[in-house]
Amino acid sequence: MMKDLYKELEKDVRYIEGLKSCFNCGVCTAICPAAEVSDYDPRVVVDTVQKRDESELEKLLKSDTIWMCGECLSCKTRCPRGNTPGYIIQALRALSIETGLFIESQQGRKQLAVKRTVGEHILKYGYCVFIDEVDTEMYPEQGPVWEWLRKNRASMLERLGTSYNKEQSGTLRNISQESLNDLKKIFDETGGTQRFEKIEKYSSVKAKELNIDFKEGKDDYFKHLYNE
Amino acid sequence: MKTRKNEIWAAYQKEIADDHYYFARSCIRQNFFPAAENLYINILRNDLGKDIFDDARQTTCTGIAYHSGIIPFETIMTVVARQFSLMNEAGYENFVASCVTSFGIYVEVMDTWKHFPETEQKTRYALKRATGKAFEIPKNLVHASDVIYKFRKEIAAKAKFRLINQNTGEPIKVVDHIGCHYAKIFPQEGIGGAEYPYVLAGLIDDWGGKQIDYPERRHCCGFGFRQYLLKSNRGYSVSNSKKKFDSMQPFKPDLIIANCPGCTFFLDRWQYVIAEMEGKTYGEDGYGIPVLTYEELAGLLLGYDPWDIGLQTHQVTVEPLLDKLGVVYDPEKKYKGRNGEDIGIPEKPQVLKCC
Repeated sequence: MMKDLYKELEKDVRYIEGLKSCFNCGVCTAICPAAEVSDYDPRVVVDTVQKRDESELEKLLKSDTIWMCGECLSCKTRCPRGNTPGYIIQALRALSIETGLFIESQQGRKQLAVKRTVGEHILKYGYCVFIDEVDTEMYPEQGPVWEWLRKNRASMLERLGTSYNKEQSGTLRNISQESLNDLKKIFDETGGTQRFEKIEKYSSVKAKELNIDFKEGKDDYFKHLYNE
Repeated sequence: MKTRKNEIWAAYQKEIADDHYYFARSCIRQNFFPAAENLYINILRNDLGKDIFDDARQTTCTGIAYHSGIIPFETIMTVVARQFSLMNEAGYENFVASCVTSFGIYVEVMDTWKHFPETEQKTRYALKRATGKAFEIPKNLVHASDVIYKFRKEIAAKAKFRLINQNTGEPIKVVDHIGCHYAKIFPQEGIGGAEYPYVLAGLIDDWGGKQIDYPERRHCCGFGFRQYLLKSNRGYSVSNSKKKFDSMQPFKPDLIIANCPGCTFFLDRWQYVIAEMEGKTYGEDGYGIPVLTYEELAGLLLGYDPWDIGLQTHQVTVEPLLDKLGVVYDPEKKYKGRNGEDIGIPEKPQVLKCC
């Protein structure tokens, strides 16, 4: 069993802010969109962490449970005791990645696919989302209008007055190398780069264990996590 | 007539600067409604005579990554600090976030700095070491929809159209959808708070429409960050939107407006998906319910051409709404390219009726 998980968890300001004292009323679960569509119960999560049982915490960090929340934070509005289950989830997710326990759950493992899309877009484009990366194979719900827009983006995005592919202010502009460098240096300085490296390192171990090809980008392991 | 709800929202007001804004763009809006932000800037500059600075140097706030659990809080705090630093360098004090996720992030970060002062100090050191920059916290920080709310009466005075159905003379029935992170995290930061947000309802009231109050009005659109980003998890997202559509349909809305980029996108695209998967449509005669951003609606009422403000990039066809409003449009121009050239038209969905 891993030790001192609580010691680490209690350093996280999101945990300190998120957990005051829960009296198990269940209002958070009643309002929770994730609880409505999946086997997820924020009341139970909060009750589990406030018991301060190391083995229970370890189980939670290895579970799918902490990855079910949608971070809408409706729970923050409604908790009568000032708890924020959504913040506690943020701290649990961070600790699950730091300790490598995220690879022990199916949902946790999927963080690699999030890192390799949104995470890498940030450092490559300066945006979380960018039109060049959003095709209808990965995002079929985008539909035929998006397919048409994407195919004709050079023409249409100019017609609509954007700065697509241009080095100037405006919509969808190319973010300058200087700004991208700033982002990278901030990631290096604040643990963002290290978090990405940990996601890759632990994921490579799990991919090997599952005997799925692991390289980079949209490899077999990515496709397995993203689609299934 | 004043109601209890009027009193509740009236208790939640906030300061919204009168002029001189620093604009922070949205990742989602730039892609999926690519004309919306320029329209916002044009309305502020040309219709309202305001000064708004559009900085080429700003980047994503990284909020989608943060809420998906792949980057540390320290990282996003420092990216936010860089945005503030850019605002300072440009000589502005009033920060306007185009994205509701970003707005929530900025407020959350500033609130954290207030309650955990050591985190602000650490962020200052981190930003200095990484970029050499320093920063001051904005004097005023609001969401872009707050500014439209502030000037809603001025927009109404200049508008060429009102939210009146030209065929019946009745008010247009409008669903307002407020992004969760606008006021659910910090109710005091939203016009009307979390329970009765008035930031869009106020536009409907002053522009002549009728608000629809339906059971799931405050329910999340279902973005869920990592839940939508992963194809395997998207059932979460569409299920939550469907819950809202099913709840609003009996009230026969003519229009949905949203102040959050993600919500606008999901409420538009999931109607297409539900139609194709289940054969169910929510508008009249097989169409969907048009979904607009607040500035797209303002632009239409002010007389902007619907195809110049990008309404052809919505999956749900907007023509039924344009016809009700009496907006004159040229169907031939809808899908033309930059020089009026023919670039083809989108494929028609099998179920969802589109023009």
